[in-house]
Amino acid sequence: MSAQTGSAAQASRAQPVRYGSMSRSRRWALRWSYFFLVLFAAFFLLPPFYMLITSLKTSAEISAATNPWWVFSPTLENYIELLTTDQYLVFFRNSALVSLIVVTLTMVISVPAAFALSRMKFWGSATLATGVFLTYLVPETLLFIPLFKIFAEVRNLTGIELINNWWVLLILYPTLTVPFCTWIMIGYFASIPKELDEAALIDGATWMQTLTKIFIPVALPGLIAATIFAFTVSWAQFLYPLAFTTSTDQLVLPVGIVTTLIKGDVFNWGQIMTGALLGAAPPLVIYAFLMDYYIAGLTAGATKG
Amino acid sequence: MAEVSLHKVVKRYEGVEAVRGIDLTIGDKEFVVLVGPSGCGKSTTLRMIAGLEEITDGAIQIDGTVVNDVPPKDRDIAMVFQNYALYPHMTVSENMSFGLRLKRFPKDEIRRRVDEAARILNIEDLLERKPRQLSGGQRQRVAMGRAIVRNPKVFLFDEPLSNLDAKLRVQMRTEIKRVHQQVPVTTVYVTHDQVEAMTLADRVVVMNDGVIEQVGAPNELYHSPRTRFVAGFIGSPSMNFLRCKLDREGEDLMVRLADGVALTLPAESRERYREHVGRELVLGLRPEHLTETRPPRNGEVVAPFPAVPDVVEPMGMDTLVYFRVGREEVCARMDPSANPRVGEPITLAANLARMHLLDPGSGLVLGTRPTG
Ligand SMILES: Nc1ncnc2c1ncn2[C@@H]1O[C@H](COP(=O)(O)OP(=O)(O)OP(=O)(O)O)[C@@H](O)[C@H]1O
Ligand SMILES: [Mg+2]
Repeated sequence: MSAQTGSAAQASRAQPVRYGSMSRSRRWALRWSYFFLVLFAAFFLLPPFYMLITSLKTSAEISAATNPWWVFSPTLENYIELLTTDQYLVFFRNSALVSLIVVTLTMVISVPAAFALSRMKFWGSATLATGVFLTYLVPETLLFIPLFKIFAEVRNLTGIELINNWWVLLILYPTLTVPFCTWIMIGYFASIPKELDEAALIDGATWMQTLTKIFIPVALPGLIAATIFAFTVSWAQFLYPLAFTTSTDQLVLPVGIVTTLIKGDVFNWGQIMTGALLGAAPPLVIYAFLMDYYIAGLTAGATKG
Repeated sequence: MAEVSLHKVVKRYEGVEAVRGIDLTIGDKEFVVLVGPSGCGKSTTLRMIAGLEEITDGAIQIDGTVVNDVPPKDRDIAMVFQNYALYPHMTVSENMSFGLRLKRFPKDEIRRRVDEAARILNIEDLLERKPRQLSGGQRQRVAMGRAIVRNPKVFLFDEPLSNLDAKLRVQMRTEIKRVHQQVPVTTVYVTHDQVEAMTLADRVVVMNDGVIEQVGAPNELYHSPRTRFVAGFIGSPSMNFLRCKLDREGEDLMVRLADGVALTLPAESRERYREHVGRELVLGLRPEHLTETRPPRNGEVVAPFPAVPDVVEPMGMDTLVYFRVGREEVCARMDPSANPRVGEPITLAANLARMHLLDPGSGLVLGTRPTG
């Protein structure tokens, strides 16, 4: 102990100013961060890279025993074939339509709902807010069989066929997106000081004006985070469309790719990879555009409390 | 023209009575300050006037009409909040004009009013900035500007200065007073700072525990408090309270303190206290009326008061001296030139023309009319 302090004292006497040790430990911390960042980046980027490589190969090259991480004779064949078949375009259109409508519906429902739950103190509002969150915790794997039952009942009672129609997803997806988005927005709205809506109230704003002119602009990052979430969920949802839609013209992308490009036990890997890659593009584009807002939103929610 | 009056106003939250029957009339263009310790119901009262809290019982009138069930926007009031509550996504001028735009005022009228308010508040250069680009004092001005442009019947302020640092607070206090002189509007102002209350108010309302203790002009509260609470709350350092006994000695009345000090009352106050002779009472004497021995100025009736200083606090203009009488601590305010020292006995002069005698049970100051 004393020897240590003694040597430390000596060292500091030899080099009076030793800021170096501070920056040295910082440098090491940085090195480790980069190491893990690269590791994780590689881990997450390898599958898309593999998809890209495979999508550029011919079926022959895929099945041949060559290096799977390299294309020897690249071709756009898979892309051309997919984009010229109506089927794939129909999947794409269904997906886009479903996602856009679901995102709109979700926002139209959950933003006012969150506003009401966080600001208008009515009887049972706190319980209701918790209830909304609990709904989100029920996984869809538990729900699709009862839903199937309900749809069958609806058909028996009204004669309306809900199963095997793409638009039924417009009813199903919001059950996943609305609770979560409402929950996020409640958090954002709760972080807005209550004097702000009181000031608006005194200034003569109605509840609706307070929502549209004050709350939505102030909570915009949160709104964008919620939008991205709703879009991602609807774009990538697999179980519900798999369970509730069957005819090829009613399918959305994720299900469409798997059901039409796998024929029996023949996997058309080139086209599957191409389809998946193209399908992943829209969320990527949206993330890229809204990334700044999204991150601002995440951190604002974290610090404002 | 706008008078605000409260009749037996009560506010009850589940279980708690925050405001317990308040009667108060605020005259047109009057500046009234509600002051009191934390949790006494000042904000609640103000928020009921604003319409942000429902009134459990009683009635509030603005300009002659009962507004109990009138929503805030139709009460024609403007409010300045402690945290300013500026809309963060709007510029200063948008913030100020928000209310007018909602009411669909013509553009040039809005422009005119915003410019006028900006001129009064000296924020003409800030009109295009966002709130986050402003300092605390500037935000405070904008919040006031937002109230002024509305041209309301009543201004409501809830501790508008407590987020500012001490120096800026004093500056903005003067500013608020100046604005009120330029734009005389009925004002209700809430603060827990008695100096702010004294300096700003036409009339001060001292609240405690959900009721009004006393209403009066600042000097009236200072010189003739009616209760021990008001006597102790107004003035800094606060009034000394000493247990004493009122005795008669021939024609003279005198108060005997715990350690045998006896002070002879001035002849004028004999009549007032005669009926209390023989009782245990509380003597109330402000530090500024307990000074170094000096030739009495006009109206002063001084009695010698021996003391041994425990703590000496030089303040520059005067020096505060703390000492004990029996078990009670007493503060005296001396001229710095008297140069008191810890442990050295001195003789102070108590100005008994300014003393009060209080009933120890009820806390009422004797010889004043009861609160009503
Ligand atoms: N929403 C509420 N629910 C329950 N009790 C409340 C509520 N708001 C205020 N109170 C209680 O009412 C009493 C008065 O509160 P109020 O905010 O009026 O105090 P105040 O005088 O403004 O104090 P401060 O100087 O701390 O702002 C307090 O005891 C407080 O706990
Ligand atoms: Mg308050």
